[in-house]
Amino acid sequence: MKLFKTLAVSATVALVSTTGVANAGTLEDVKARGELNCVVTTGVAGFGAPNDAGRWEGFDVDFCRATAAAVLGDPNKVKFVPTTGKTRFTVLNSGEGDLLYRNTTITMSRDADLKLTFLGVNYYDGQGFMVPKALGVTSAKQLDGASVCIQTGTTTELNLADYFRANNMKYEPVTIETNEEGQTNYLAGRCDVYTTDASGLAATRSTFEHPNAHIILPEIISKEPLGPAVRQGDDQWADVTRWVLNALISAEEVGITQANVKQHAAKAGSNPDINRIVGTEGDFGSMIGLDKQWAVRAIAAVGNYGEIFERNVGVNTSLGLARGLNAQWTNGGILYSPPIR
Amino acid sequence: MTTADTSSKPSLFYRLFFDKELRSVTIQVITMAMMIGFTFFIVNNAMTNLETIGKGYSFDFLWDASNYDINQHLIAYDSRSPHWRAALVGLINTLLVAVAGIILSTIVGFLLGVLRLSSNWLVNRTVYVYIEYVRNVPVLLHILLVHGLIVNTLPVPKNAMMAFDGTLFLTNRGFYTPKPIFEPAMWAVLIAFVIGIAFTIWFKHYAKKVQDATGKIYPVLWISLGAIIGLPVIFFFLTGMPLVFDYPVLSGFNFKGGLVLRPEFVALWIALSLYTAAFIAEIVRAGIQAISHGQTEAAFALGLKPGRTMQLIIIPQALRVIIPPLSSQYLNITKNSSLAIAIGYMDIVATIGGISLNQTGREMECMTIVLGIYLMFSLMISAFMNWYNKRMRLVER
Repeated sequence: MKLFKTLAVSATVALVSTTGVANAGTLEDVKARGELNCVVTTGVAGFGAPNDAGRWEGFDVDFCRATAAAVLGDPNKVKFVPTTGKTRFTVLNSGEGDLLYRNTTITMSRDADLKLTFLGVNYYDGQGFMVPKALGVTSAKQLDGASVCIQTGTTTELNLADYFRANNMKYEPVTIETNEEGQTNYLAGRCDVYTTDASGLAATRSTFEHPNAHIILPEIISKEPLGPAVRQGDDQWADVTRWVLNALISAEEVGITQANVKQHAAKAGSNPDINRIVGTEGDFGSMIGLDKQWAVRAIAAVGNYGEIFERNVGVNTSLGLARGLNAQWTNGGILYSPPIR
Repeated sequence: MTTADTSSKPSLFYRLFFDKELRSVTIQVITMAMMIGFTFFIVNNAMTNLETIGKGYSFDFLWDASNYDINQHLIAYDSRSPHWRAALVGLINTLLVAVAGIILSTIVGFLLGVLRLSSNWLVNRTVYVYIEYVRNVPVLLHILLVHGLIVNTLPVPKNAMMAFDGTLFLTNRGFYTPKPIFEPAMWAVLIAFVIGIAFTIWFKHYAKKVQDATGKIYPVLWISLGAIIGLPVIFFFLTGMPLVFDYPVLSGFNFKGGLVLRPEFVALWIALSLYTAAFIAEIVRAGIQAISHGQTEAAFALGLKPGRTMQLIIIPQALRVIIPPLSSQYLNITKNSSLAIAIGYMDIVATIGGISLNQTGREMECMTIVLGIYLMFSLMISAFMNWYNKRMRLVER
């Protein structure tokens, strides 16, 4: 059996990147390298895509930059590793990337079986359907017999199969490798319906020539808590990245912004919650192997969670997403960071 | 001199590197050891890495429900089916496009190869330009181009182009034709077909024997065609035409019923076939040109008609030159079919090597399966072509 295993593995080994044992000491690796390798999407408007000048921008991208700012002191010391839905976990697990911010749904099998450690939720989402207005469809229940474009390697294709089976409807799945190809096929009329997370639909629609000719159906057919992940087994690195995310969410809750973070950091104020985040009270940075100013640098680089949201995907952007579930728990949403103390 | 050499015999170590005969052995041994060492290192590295992150190596997941749907499945399949069945669906889809591609590329390739030798300047130049264009553009671009053409230029099902009085619908979701449905009596027709083939084989032997003995030549081709096609047709009418058609009907978003060739399949099939046909054309041209003109002249001098000359003198000899490179083209078409993923044709790479891999996270296992299957395909094609090549070899006396 051992021999068989060895043979079988030797046959496949050329296909899987083997850049060393990539487990322990990611924090040291990143510091030594002077650059954070952040695994992102190949391009979803608003969440992660290069702009006209080739600079990566977006919601997920900003979290990568915040992490780089906290760890390395410079939000620009990030190398973005674009991946498809299919390649993202392999890239992370092989050590090619240090941190995954790629609108990735947290699921039990990914957490346990794919050997990932999820750090928390940075966007609460759900799967939706987009159809051309001209079809006259108003509900997902009317989609019996439709051709549906889906991106492969996502939870979407599983939800889709479940939803149509549960509602006793038939469909033709058209499985596509990337979001761009899905868009092309949908616009050419190869499919009646395009399905992905509702945020992704908004992002995709915003890039259309006539966004108003398409509607997003009211049904949300799944829970899609999107969050960052790291390889399992490096608890220190998981702590660093998890608390950068929590710091950005907490910062919004207590009112630290990109504009006032330096002021708060200069002198201890009367609010102990703020003081702990900006490092004027206690030494939380050293607990995760960083200095006292870690959160200050992250917030100064990209702003707090709310600022990141509004700048990239909020109501004043072409995506026009409302905060909805992603509002702070104090504002009727479910965004709730564990306290930094 | 010779005595001096034997008296001061160089050390074995010295001879291992400077003795001409021993040196070649040394080099081979070192190379071999390095190869084994390298393979061992890579395998060991991969296994250690997998173990470090706590991932085992097991094929148990193949029996879990796949949870995804596949649009083109020639066997029963739905999202409740296990992963191995998804792999099987992919395997069949790969086989389908490979076999269809081999057939079409051979026909088109032979045609182009012969036209390339045409004495008509316009014809052979046109074919020349076509071959050079097709051969020198990557096959992936051809596939994307054909797929793009189908999806972007053909109408949506609602405005489908109708051809042949409602029996063929052209849309950007696929080409729909009526699906033949066999009634039980169709078995008789099938049996007639098998009998026709058996008769043809026997008749060929018989005709050869008669020709060897008496010199009389039977029109073997026409009689064979009569047996293989005519016999089943007669039975078909005798049993009262046991065949009905399921016509495609537009209902809702798509056509229902009928037989559908999806744009992904058509694009892959056409693009792979045309691409490979360009290579086959050159192989065929080379094969025919390899036979010296003297052979033709000799055959004419013996009184053979041009058709018989081609059939008995030129083609058997040309085939000897054509078959070996042709086999590698067949292997190429099979392997190139894995580009299906680019347009979403659900072949073996897209199913078990794509969706299953991704949903279960079993990269090593899934890739082992895909590798094994491609290796098996290629070895099978190689074995068949080697056998055929041996059969076609010049019998030397």
